[in-house]
Amino acid sequence: MANIVEMPKLGFDMAEGTLAKWVKSENDQVEKGEVLAEIETDKATVEVESSFGGIVHKHLIAEGTAVPVGTPIAVVAEEGEQVDIDALVADAEESKTETKEKSENSTLPKKQPEPQKQEPPQDKMIKASPVAKRIAEEEGISLSSVKGTGPGGRIVKRDVEKALQTGASAKRANKPKATVKPGVDEQVPLSNLRKAIGSRMAESRQTVPHFFITSMYDVAELLKTRKQMNSGLPEDEHVSVNDFIIRAVALALRDYPNLNASLNGDQLTRHGDIHIGNAVAVENGLLTVVVRNADQKPLTQISAEANQMIQRVKAGKVRNEDIEGSTFTISNLGMYAVEDFVAIINPPEAAILAIGSAKETPVVVDGELDIGLRMKATISADHRITDGAEAAEFMQHLAQFLEQPWRLFA
Amino acid sequence: MAVITMREAISQALWEEMERDEKVFIQGEEVGVWGGTYAVTKGFLDHFGAERVRDTPIAEAAIVGSAIGAAMGGMRPVAELMTINFAFVAMDHIVNEAAKMHYMFGGQFKIPMVIRAPGGGGRQLAATHSQTPDAIFAHFPGLKVVAPGTPADAKGLLKEAIRIDDPVLFIENATVYQQKGEVPEDDFTIPIGKSKVQREGSDVTLVTYSKMVDYSMRAAATLAEEGIEVEVVDLRTLRPLDMEPIIASFKKTNRAVIAEEGWRSYGVGAEVASRIYEQAFDYLDAPIQRVAQKEVPLPYNARLEQLALPQVDDIVKAVREVMR
Repeated sequence: MANIVEMPKLGFDMAEGTLAKWVKSENDQVEKGEVLAEIETDKATVEVESSFGGIVHKHLIAEGTAVPVGTPIAVVAEEGEQVDIDALVADAEESKTETKEKSENSTLPKKQPEPQKQEPPQDKMIKASPVAKRIAEEEGISLSSVKGTGPGGRIVKRDVEKALQTGASAKRANKPKATVKPGVDEQVPLSNLRKAIGSRMAESRQTVPHFFITSMYDVAELLKTRKQMNSGLPEDEHVSVNDFIIRAVALALRDYPNLNASLNGDQLTRHGDIHIGNAVAVENGLLTVVVRNADQKPLTQISAEANQMIQRVKAGKVRNEDIEGSTFTISNLGMYAVEDFVAIINPPEAAILAIGSAKETPVVVDGELDIGLRMKATISADHRITDGAEAAEFMQHLAQFLEQPWRLFA
Repeated sequence: MAVITMREAISQALWEEMERDEKVFIQGEEVGVWGGTYAVTKGFLDHFGAERVRDTPIAEAAIVGSAIGAAMGGMRPVAELMTINFAFVAMDHIVNEAAKMHYMFGGQFKIPMVIRAPGGGGRQLAATHSQTPDAIFAHFPGLKVVAPGTPADAKGLLKEAIRIDDPVLFIENATVYQQKGEVPEDDFTIPIGKSKVQREGSDVTLVTYSKMVDYSMRAAATLAEEGIEVEVVDLRTLRPLDMEPIIASFKKTNRAVIAEEGWRSYGVGAEVASRIYEQAFDYLDAPIQRVAQKEVPLPYNARLEQLALPQVDDIVKAVREVMR
């Protein structure tokens, strides 16, 4: 029997997906569970498995086409089967409108959909010496903006160096150290990721009544414990300060179910599992990788899992499960010499914890001035779910895990 | 330091090593009574005697072959070929025996032998006696090939060649015997297989050896007046080839010229350029230029001969070309 494959919903906020690549061509055999296509969401590229076995009868959309979630993208049928695609699609549409109300705008695209506008091929066929290419790559200069003065117009090292000095070349927009030519405005279209972050954060800031509480923690013992641990671990298994914080927060959350919760309308869900999201900076945006059941995992496992996910994020190979399902989020800017900051709640979660830098600070111990190691953290919480007293208690409760790190191993 | 000629430097090296070690002896055409075709061994016969300074028949295969035998028997012969062009007559002994004996007999024999052979063109000796076939010999594993460009290097490398247990082809260039240079007065050796920066510069790496070292230094002086700072790297040894200073220099300059006196095809320049491409591709800023002899048998006519041989000006032009 012929079946329709639809654009899957790969995240709770995913509205549409772009068909990046057909892994199975038309007339290919496909097993149930085999990868059929690669879908680019606004967060990542994800492999889509076929829910049916059979022959890929027809691709309904072309590579590069973006369609809403639920749109039919392919027909999988039995070998030799006669398929009335229009009827099949109509059936699928009908059964959907019966059961769901949301998919009104998921219409089948035209027979020959416009392929998405291709980025102009960058640096292709530009004559440049290997060293010029290498420097341009390292410095994030687009060779297309450099004038070549070598034989036959070849871009040579001196050209790239000159471009670097004068800053005349437009650096790639997605490089963090991108600069803008003085006096000239630059138009940069927002990436999908930026748009997604923008709408989520705007929604959160506008609809969630945030309140903030900042506490200071003595992290001398934590840093000492970390040093001891790492001296006994191979380099690639070193545990970060953030791994300690994930574990500490997860343990502290056990006693504060209101902060490990999400609100949908009038319904509060106190989650049975504690999944800690960690904001990770990526090119031109951020993603949240999720350490699942962090209250039940040893520190080294948390560290290994977080590391693997961060590597996948940086390599652009993030899996859907890496970034979905967090129940509480940590945003750590400690590595940037940040005293403290406030973060915007990642909806529909109840709270987010913003971590500053650990640093040497003058402290008073038993009436004496001393040098201590302190770290500030600020919780942003949803006032519809919780109040200042409860959040403050949580922050106090968190201290025993951050300041007495043996509790992380107890 | 004393300023002496290349000829004196080589002569001193031989003399000192013969004084130092009685196993060292010389054999070749006209090395004894005549004092050497290029007067390198003048006075040796009187001082060391006919046992150690042996005039031979005009039979290169015998000169090299008997030296190999002597080396296997524990002596340290220095076999002199009147010119490297005659090495072809002794080719089998050089590349099949000297170069392979140690390997073929599982290390039971060592061949502590030096073959001295002057080569190069520019003296109107015509096509068969004017060749620079250095690359041919550097092709064979098992043979060390040394070709110095300064008197100091010639002395230090020849003394080292005599002292080590491997067969060494020591190629001299007959046109530079009169060239002078500073040479340390103490007993010194220079390790074989080490290239050397003879002049520092930041713009172009000029790789060269033997007679072309002098030409390259002169080209570098001319180019410095134009504001181009050339780094001259002297190979000194063709096998084993030491790329380290070359790659280090190239990573700084990103441009290279290789100057050799021999023909371009399958030459030293081809080998060095290839290795730069392999080892430092990401540092390349311009195609590597080679300066070499025109691909003809070297003419006898003096003007044609000089036209066919690489000149200082050819090096200057090649450097300007890579600097474009």
